[in-house]
Amino acid sequence: MAAETKHAAMPAKPPIWNDPRYRAIFFQILVLGAVIGGSVYLVNNTITNLEKRGIASGFGFLERTAGFSISLSLIEYSEEMSYGRAFLVSVINTIMISVIGVFFATILGFIVGIARLSSNWLISKIAAVYIEILRNIPLLLQIFFWYFAMLGALPGPKQSVVVFDLFFLNKRGMYSPKPIFEDGFSLIVIAFILAVVAVIFVARWARKRQDETGEQFHTVYVSLGILAGLPLVAAIITGFPLSWDYPALKGFNFKGGLEMIPEFVGLLIALVMYTASYIAEIVRAGIMAVSHGQTEAAYSVGLKPGPTLRLVIIPQALRVIIPPLTSQYLNLTKNSSLAAAIAYPDLVLVFAGTALMQTGQAVEIIGMTMAVYLTLSLLISGFMNWYNQKMALVER
Amino acid sequence: MKTTIRVLTGIAAAALISTSASAGTLADVKAKGFVQCGVSQGLPGFSNPDESGNWTGLDVDMCRAIAAAVLRDASKVKYSPLSAKERFTALQSGEVDVLSRNTTWTLVRDTALGLNFAGVNYYDGQGFMVRKDSGIKNAKELGGASVCVNIGTTTELNMADFFRANSLEYKPVVFEKADEVVAAYDSGRCDVYTTDQSGLAAQRIKLKNPNDHMILPDVISKEPLGPVVRHGDDQWFDVVKWTLYAMLEAEEYGVNSQNVASLKGSKSPVIKRLLGVEGDLGKNLGLDSEWAFRIIQQVGNYGESFERNVGPNTTLQLPRGVNNLWNKGGLMYPMPVR
Ligand SMILES: N[C@@H](CCC(=O)N[C@@H](CS)C(=O)NCC(=O)O)C(=O)O
Repeated sequence: MAAETKHAAMPAKPPIWNDPRYRAIFFQILVLGAVIGGSVYLVNNTITNLEKRGIASGFGFLERTAGFSISLSLIEYSEEMSYGRAFLVSVINTIMISVIGVFFATILGFIVGIARLSSNWLISKIAAVYIEILRNIPLLLQIFFWYFAMLGALPGPKQSVVVFDLFFLNKRGMYSPKPIFEDGFSLIVIAFILAVVAVIFVARWARKRQDETGEQFHTVYVSLGILAGLPLVAAIITGFPLSWDYPALKGFNFKGGLEMIPEFVGLLIALVMYTASYIAEIVRAGIMAVSHGQTEAAYSVGLKPGPTLRLVIIPQALRVIIPPLTSQYLNLTKNSSLAAAIAYPDLVLVFAGTALMQTGQAVEIIGMTMAVYLTLSLLISGFMNWYNQKMALVER
Repeated sequence: MKTTIRVLTGIAAAALISTSASAGTLADVKAKGFVQCGVSQGLPGFSNPDESGNWTGLDVDMCRAIAAAVLRDASKVKYSPLSAKERFTALQSGEVDVLSRNTTWTLVRDTALGLNFAGVNYYDGQGFMVRKDSGIKNAKELGGASVCVNIGTTTELNMADFFRANSLEYKPVVFEKADEVVAAYDSGRCDVYTTDQSGLAAQRIKLKNPNDHMILPDVISKEPLGPVVRHGDDQWFDVVKWTLYAMLEAEEYGVNSQNVASLKGSKSPVIKRLLGVEGDLGKNLGLDSEWAFRIIQQVGNYGESFERNVGPNTTLQLPRGVNNLWNKGGLMYPMPVR
């Protein structure tokens, strides 16, 4: 009976061109076709126009000799190597500034964000001033400021600031001894990896024990002990297979040792300070989003302010913090392309700059450059989404 | 970032411009009534805005001469200041009609970049500038130096060649804008600043204490600088090329901005042809018969432009040297205007 009424109430099946489902699919296919058709037309047209003007194209240039030097390279590189290699060097430089930048910006951002909420009037106001100033000055100006201010303040190579005859600081950069790994060093690395694994197990065991018995374990001290101890034992056994390459003044500049160029430092300071001001606000908002009742509840079960923040507030705040934090990480990575302004040899300066100028292959090079930034951005947001989900699962 | 946007517009332009031949640049320029000229972002003597914001310089005179020839008025020029990195994309994408910006003529630029060099208006070579108190007397002593340089220049490449050929180590410190190169060198970041010798003479003026710096005697490359146009527009190419030759030819035959009006009555057939009194050479260029007359009257001949902008009586104090006429021991050899 009921089924019958329902059947009667159903309208007649609409004709296929009026069925919203089919209609949606039809229009989607139409749009897709237009997009593909349009792209094919644009690509085709580009190629024809480039050919007509005699502008070179293709990826063959990646194997040709680059012929230029790069002031900072984590992998081996010389002028005799290819454009492909120069590309790699510049990608690594971009990743390096981004990763280190994200690391310090996060730390500084959390500190400032928490300071902003401090009950101490002075600390809170200092944090507020920091945030307001740094957020409201264009990043490029900040980069120039730090870079040229630093260059102005540092001495020339002959008057370097010297620390223990090991570290030297001047306008050309910061020089420190460079470790040289000899045979047997791999044993120390293995010992360290073992120590890390051991620490993970200890931490798990300690948590489980605490869950079961309520007893706390000095995980931090024990972990530090293991992390330092195991490699040390390995080092003693292998007879310290490590020597140092010390920087020394030869001619104009220091040679040998590890070198940190001022362009890197200037860019890093600017990116970190600028991004941290945004992160601080995100952290503040995240913490404020956790209801005050949580703090009171934590205090009433006897937790001290430190552990309250660490164990109760931050884990809950993180859920609010992570999504906007991700976009700050993306911003920092993309902003690192301003490097070109102060000679930090990143992807934009070396590849989309020098290499582009020398080969004239704008389409290929800009395409590859965009692909790199896109990949980096997707990796960062992929990782952050994973982390976010992990944090979200903790919710009870 | 701006550069990237420029490059992207260039690509987008290449993608969107219809494949059918567009009207020539000459017709475009006549239609819009001004010449869009790509210049530097400020290089004294070559292309530099003066106190009142008017562009002046040897390269600027080239733009003005083209406007005088095509539009009858040397002031009908709009300037686009371009960094070394941006300049070719700006020309390729049609953002400027001609690039007159201390640009070196090389094979790759002439071919792979889809450009054409319309001649040479300054023969130069790359040099080095150092602090006097560094004690360096020649370029071979530069091993281990940090070198400040502009991106997207031949300078960047020649420098690599030079240090490699002499087995000297060096650290390039590469900036996008000339102002930052100068600031970094001035602040002591680099031991050396390298670019065209004329560029060094020009940039030295901008340093805090120009007298603390000196240009080394070594010249490590050939840098023929000249105006550039897009490949494939032969008519416009001809106009720019013969504008330069007209300025040189005028100097060779003693025609200058002062005497050009009276020389219309000259007996010399060469001068008569040049000034359009006899024959109609301009027609072959798509211009009127007085094209060269106006160039000389409004801008002057090449020698006048040189003396006014970069010569011994200017702050740059560059000697005429190889930029003298061929019959005075130099390399300037205008093709016959006939
Ligand atoms: N002639 C060389 C170098 C030209 C060049 O850009 N030189 C720089 C350094 S002097 C310059 O003119 N800068 C002025 C500016 O960018 O405004 C070339 O064509 O690559």
